[in-house]
Amino acid sequence: MRDIANVDLDSDDSGSILESGLCCEWENKDGSGMQTELGEENEEVMSEFYRRNSEPPTDEPVQEQFDFEYPAPRTEGLDHPSMPDATWFTNFLVSFSYTVKFFFARLRHILQLYGWEKCKGNVESEKYKNFVPLFSGPDPLFIRNIYRQGSDVCNRPVASVPGTLMTVRDRFTPDYGWTFEYKGTESRVLNMGSYNYLGFAQNRGPCAEAARRAIDQHGVSACTPSFNFRHNKVHKQLDALIAEYLGVEAAMCFPMGYGTNAMNIPAIVGKGSLILSDQLNHASLVTGCRLSGALVKVFKHNDVNDLERKLIQAIAEGDRTTGRPYKKILIVMEGIYSMEGTISPLPQVVALKKKYKAYLFLDEAHSIGALGETGKGCSEYFGCDPTDIDVMMGTLTKSFAAAGGYLAGTKKLIDAIRTRSHDIHYGTWMAAPVAAQVLSSMHIIMNKDGAGEGKLRIRQLLRNTRYFRRSLAQRGFLLYGHEDSPVVPLMTFFCTRTLIFCRETLRRNLAVVGVCYPATPLTKCRARFCISAAHTKEQLDWVC
Amino acid sequence: MDSVVIPIYTTIVSVPYYHYVLEGLLVLVVVFLWNRRNRRPRRPQLTEEEKEELIRKWQPEPLVPDTPQDHPALNPKYVDGKMGKYVSIEGKDYLNLATSNFLGLVGDERIEEVAKKTIYKYGVGSCGPRGFYGTVDVHLDLEKQLAEFMGCEEAVLYSYGFATIASAIPAYAKRGDIIYADKGVNFAIQKGLQASRSQIEWFEHNDMEDFERLLKIQAEKDLKNPKKAKVTRRFMVVEGLYLNSGDLCPLPTLMELKWKYKVRIFIDESLSFGVVGSRGRGVTEHFGVDVTDVDMIMASLENAVASTGGFCCGRSYVVSHQRLSGLGYCFSASLPPLLTTAASEALRIMDEEPERFDHLRSNGRRMLEGLRSAIADTLFYVQGDALSPVFHIKYRSDDVEEAEKKLDALVDNAFEKGLALTRARYLVGEEAFPIVPSIRLTVNSQLTSEEVDKSLKTIAEVVRSLTKN
Repeated sequence: MRDIANVDLDSDDSGSILESGLCCEWENKDGSGMQTELGEENEEVMSEFYRRNSEPPTDEPVQEQFDFEYPAPRTEGLDHPSMPDATWFTNFLVSFSYTVKFFFARLRHILQLYGWEKCKGNVESEKYKNFVPLFSGPDPLFIRNIYRQGSDVCNRPVASVPGTLMTVRDRFTPDYGWTFEYKGTESRVLNMGSYNYLGFAQNRGPCAEAARRAIDQHGVSACTPSFNFRHNKVHKQLDALIAEYLGVEAAMCFPMGYGTNAMNIPAIVGKGSLILSDQLNHASLVTGCRLSGALVKVFKHNDVNDLERKLIQAIAEGDRTTGRPYKKILIVMEGIYSMEGTISPLPQVVALKKKYKAYLFLDEAHSIGALGETGKGCSEYFGCDPTDIDVMMGTLTKSFAAAGGYLAGTKKLIDAIRTRSHDIHYGTWMAAPVAAQVLSSMHIIMNKDGAGEGKLRIRQLLRNTRYFRRSLAQRGFLLYGHEDSPVVPLMTFFCTRTLIFCRETLRRNLAVVGVCYPATPLTKCRARFCISAAHTKEQLDWVC
Repeated sequence: MDSVVIPIYTTIVSVPYYHYVLEGLLVLVVVFLWNRRNRRPRRPQLTEEEKEELIRKWQPEPLVPDTPQDHPALNPKYVDGKMGKYVSIEGKDYLNLATSNFLGLVGDERIEEVAKKTIYKYGVGSCGPRGFYGTVDVHLDLEKQLAEFMGCEEAVLYSYGFATIASAIPAYAKRGDIIYADKGVNFAIQKGLQASRSQIEWFEHNDMEDFERLLKIQAEKDLKNPKKAKVTRRFMVVEGLYLNSGDLCPLPTLMELKWKYKVRIFIDESLSFGVVGSRGRGVTEHFGVDVTDVDMIMASLENAVASTGGFCCGRSYVVSHQRLSGLGYCFSASLPPLLTTAASEALRIMDEEPERFDHLRSNGRRMLEGLRSAIADTLFYVQGDALSPVFHIKYRSDDVEEAEKKLDALVDNAFEKGLALTRARYLVGEEAFPIVPSIRLTVNSQLTSEEVDKSLKTIAEVVRSLTKN
């Protein structure tokens, strides 16, 4: 058992974001002063850091509070997002490297097939030799031979709260990724891989206390679907608070973010309807759209013109299989895309949807809490009316450091979802401590306790985001995405380069996420940073 | 020039005449088809005005229909406190025969202490999917513990029970494969089958002869087309203890069919995990089947284990595939650490206190016998196995609405007398097969004999008063 037995429950070590590291004096009120100093002396300092292999700077207490106007959103070029491609030579080299890899993968597969090389991984038992093979196709080849060699970059085990500084268990692989062994030591690393945008991933503080009290009062779990029983204090309050937070009539929460999409989109649209889905939508949205039974058409990422063309074609031609017009059209897109860091062009899409009488489903998994002056997501960021968005969906995992998702909209919508949702009929409740964490963090963000901490966190996140992006861009790295998006993909194109980057950064106590196929296209691998409001300027400088 | 022309001329002249005829016909056919391609009626190109007119005229349906405010989903019962043996609703306590808290672990102090300590170490959320720093060491511990508990090589942990089953099946079965499924399977399995896009063959609930008939039909097709048979994977999906009917699957017969017809077996042990078997290891323990022979066991931690989440366990070769192909595993945030350690502690309690399983079984048997005698000579009847903690009380009537009314009346009257019962809820339009309305009654290991007898007496009274009317 982990050494949580030694945790002292009664020690009062509560702290707020004010103690966990806000910084000051970044920028003057007119926006000047954000330039980083990239001089020779700075490079010497950086290389000195790497030579000493030092620990990342710890969170320091704030010196003084500050105030600045929340800047206007950068809306130019949203529908042609900043996703510059590599030069033709880089693309050629990337394709060449994959050709070499697949050649050797195929060669190894053939050697193992004829028994000339022993397969070190799991093999099917002898009893199943007359069964049809369970796995076939190119994917197993890719996984066993290419992914496996870089698998030490994924699934790294964490041994502490995933805050700005976290503990990662050291492991190594003696046989190129077939097995992993633990060294028995742990490293304290700067966390730029977890989704902790507002810095609520804390194991002390008002949110942790609220979760603890919720366990005492309401228990850990309940073993029942939400149809027949709901919790009076916890779920009722949470639904009302989410609705108030977003500025809509009603909302309801679900225990799993992925499940919120996959199990509730079928409750909204069905056969005979059309779903227009963005090209880069998340797997949960794709699953939900498929399970609904509606026809799904894909439009180019953030391309409003393509969306308009498809809308016109859909209304003018109708459903070709039945010969009748579509019952309704639902546009499904996200606020911030997690792999590209782009922000969707919400004002233009809302205008389109009003013109063509379509409905809009906005998945704000990464943008709720992260965009907007009070953290209300894309609609606040762009100044849109939240009631224009027919179905607002979001997850509570990222900005609120809990788990689960929510749907919000008109009372009519939420009532209908309650009666038709798969989750309500067949799932289970959101656990009381998790709901308490959301309640408590939302209270702080909405400034219901009057401390002003929520505002500080949100503005700090924006500052951190812009500072970090500018710093990296000045150093010549190719970044994708919008300037205000806290998801920062750094393009490395080669999957080998991504691997080396992730391994070397971990050796220098920095935790970064490396993403390859199938989350991204085969030739566009990247490393991804997730900014948090709790990162200090010193920490971001150290990273850069 | 002559050296080129003369050989060509000689060749042309020496070719037999039918070549020219055939090639001439070929050219004519090509020209004919080419012309036909151009003349195929195209979709009429609409002008801008026509398009605008269509857009103006098009009226979509409302996003969602109106819902009557007296729908039961809009009027759930709001509880206070913990949903243990008794639930508190609006200040009054009711005996809980509605939730799947089979081993009485909701409200257990050991589990709550461990969960609180976990918050102080790991916070509440894990803030990431398993691949991106969301793998906390407690997840690895729980997976190892589950694998040891079940006697399997490896276990994969999911963050939600429904998503476990709905993601696991499509990870293996794709378009072109065949899945044999029992007609009585629950909705999560049905969604997994739908997402897999495979060919689904349904057999009657627990009817092994019907199943073998389908397998024989397929075997004949395989003989006719052996090449296709070699690449078509076959699976069978059953539940250990069926949620919709409360009976066990005939596992030994299924295993015989598996080896005879080369069909891999997936068992959903959501209800039977921690319930069936002398030590709660599920139907494999109960029937004495070697657990390594089952290709995959999927289960939910939301019933007997009283946490949230689910897991799949089996041989490493099979189960480790889900770490990259299970959508609910790769693209979802991992289970919060406090729920993970709660599940770990629950497993430890299950190992240390095996008498909970005996109490559960004896309460189940007592309840079933009592129910049968309480509702004998009425139109109500009870369905469920003696080993099951879940029973379905149904009403014999051809009219579904009348049956629903009677069952609702039973629930409401029992509620007035201090008993919390619920109807089994289904999405009637989306279930694969017609649903018979029922009351899903559950027992748990904490009930005393007096409480069981008292609840039976209450149900008997209510049923008598309803049948008199």
